[in-house]
Amino acid sequence: MKSFKGVPKGILKDLYIKMEKIRQFELRSVDLYQSGELPGFLHSCLGQEAAATGVVSALTDADYIVTTHRGHGHVIAKGTDLNNMMAELYAKEDGSCRGKSGSMHIMDRSKNILGANGIVGQGTTLGMGAGLAIQIRGTEEVSVCFFGDGAQNEGFFHESMNMASIWNLPVIFACENNMYAESTCQSYHMKPNDVADRAKGYGVEAIIADGNDVIDVYLKAQEAVKKCRKGEGPILIESKTYRWLGHYVGDPGIYRPDEEVEFWKSDEKEPINRFRKTMIKNEIFSEAELDEMRVEVGKLVEASVEFGRNSKSLPPESALEDVYKEGIL
Amino acid sequence: MRVITYREAINEALAEEMRRDPKVFLIGEDIADDFGGSFNVTKGLSTEFGCNRVRNTPISEAGLAGAAVGAAMAGMRPVAEIMYIDFSACCFDAIVNQAAKIRYMSGGQVEVPVVFRTQQGAGRSSAAQHAQSWEAIFAHIPGLKVVMPATPYDVKGLLKTAIRDQDPIMFIEHKMLYGEKGEVPEEEYTIPFGQAAIRKEGTDVTIIGTSRMANFALKAAEMLEKDGISAEVIDLRTIVPLDKETIIKSVKKTGRLAIAQEAVERCGFASELAAIAMDEFFDYLDAPVKRVAATNTPVAFAPALEDFIIPNPDKIYKAVKGMF
Repeated sequence: MKSFKGVPKGILKDLYIKMEKIRQFELRSVDLYQSGELPGFLHSCLGQEAAATGVVSALTDADYIVTTHRGHGHVIAKGTDLNNMMAELYAKEDGSCRGKSGSMHIMDRSKNILGANGIVGQGTTLGMGAGLAIQIRGTEEVSVCFFGDGAQNEGFFHESMNMASIWNLPVIFACENNMYAESTCQSYHMKPNDVADRAKGYGVEAIIADGNDVIDVYLKAQEAVKKCRKGEGPILIESKTYRWLGHYVGDPGIYRPDEEVEFWKSDEKEPINRFRKTMIKNEIFSEAELDEMRVEVGKLVEASVEFGRNSKSLPPESALEDVYKEGIL
Repeated sequence: MRVITYREAINEALAEEMRRDPKVFLIGEDIADDFGGSFNVTKGLSTEFGCNRVRNTPISEAGLAGAAVGAAMAGMRPVAEIMYIDFSACCFDAIVNQAAKIRYMSGGQVEVPVVFRTQQGAGRSSAAQHAQSWEAIFAHIPGLKVVMPATPYDVKGLLKTAIRDQDPIMFIEHKMLYGEKGEVPEEEYTIPFGQAAIRKEGTDVTIIGTSRMANFALKAAEMLEKDGISAEVIDLRTIVPLDKETIIKSVKKTGRLAIAQEAVERCGFASELAAIAMDEFFDYLDAPVKRVAATNTPVAFAPALEDFIIPNPDKIYKAVKGMF
């Protein structure tokens, strides 16, 4: 069985397919959003596929994740059903959250996805709480909270890091540093160059990964997960990455130099082509094999669009359901 | 029947529920022994159940409230103590944007069975940041249930119900009630939400109160009795859910409604009740609805100013007397 850097071929295939799913789902949903088919907000994670895939692939189904407004990648990598997810973006009856979450709050209890979240930074406290639940029960799952460079300026992050640290919780603080907090660049919004530096003050171990190299992220996340399962958490992983688009779809991103965007989209940095080149060069997969996987993913994504489009509209009165267990009070 | 304090009744409810269900755990600032909580409510619990399940936290309201929500989402039943309701401002997001919304946003997939135990109210010169009454703020948020027990019997039975409930709950105690004594049976009981208690029957006017104001309304009713006015006193016990039936039935009988509330008058829960009276039983009213509430000011430190601001039995008595 072939492998690369100790990662077996089967897992490499899995990493590739997940990244392709995220990429193609995102391209398609951006397109549908721009054409007016999808309502609401859309925060695209195009360009950040490797950072999401690498961390989530180190987890089991039983492990928890809490993600952000830019959370499609994590949710897809954790294995949520693409059809239900797309139907949710379409605000239809078959949507994973029955039209009450949309892109920004998507949850899937069956995969222990405790939700994307519209409040920047708060996910770190929820993820830390899931870690506390694991510790009190005495089981072996881990909890991962994803957040960005912007979120680590919120008090939520600091309180979570402190509490996770004093109790040695099995929590991975997975930062995707895409260099911008909405429109504000990192060099303006924080003094150190690395979010990882924040960990020192809390006595938390921090690892920096090349967030556009899925294998680097995966191997580092795997180590972090092992440590957390042994009671040696929490750990912070900072994946250096970049979002291709603005903060939300429709934000032209005028605060970023064109050359910078081009650099991060170039073959040198772009996560999917980088991975493909490495796989072909090291004779793990042929170009034809990779193309075939890409085409198969494309069919799944297209099927999800059809599914979403054809799903029934929600009855307006369903707005009154799910406020409480009893419905509405 | 056995007589214990409001404080002891809460402690018993917590201990019994922790013994019954390993998913129940406590989290809060200074709740572990030897200190046992700022109001001594959790005394002895970390000794019995250990510090794993009685989780003392740093001074970190946002962290502990978010942790409680996350733990509830992950299958636990946390009881989080927010030492003063005033401090809930530091963790408002966890309560109103997370706990209250997650069932809804997840389309019913994810439940958040968390109890936020806190206390509010004036009465001992705690001043503007430690004596507010905020029940209306939380009652305003769909997704939260709001409980306001007035007696040792109620606080125990309602807390046990709260811990077993599948929704997030603001369980609001009153700092002046912890030492109050009352009859509490030794045997197991719970009190369902949404059932008001008629504390005194009467025929001329209905006075609604919650928490300490229910007790004050009862004292006012005794004063009115001497003037020949027969007041019915309703203690709502929970404001979300609200027992409208008991209120309507009472007003149909008395024709008059007064509401005592410790919170400031503007946009308080009494205003909501007055609006319900307009919408749903205006025809039965023989007089305008009367609100007896705190002045629209922060709570002052000086005892004389605090007394001026906060309703008491005498103020309720005078206001109700004025309705005749």
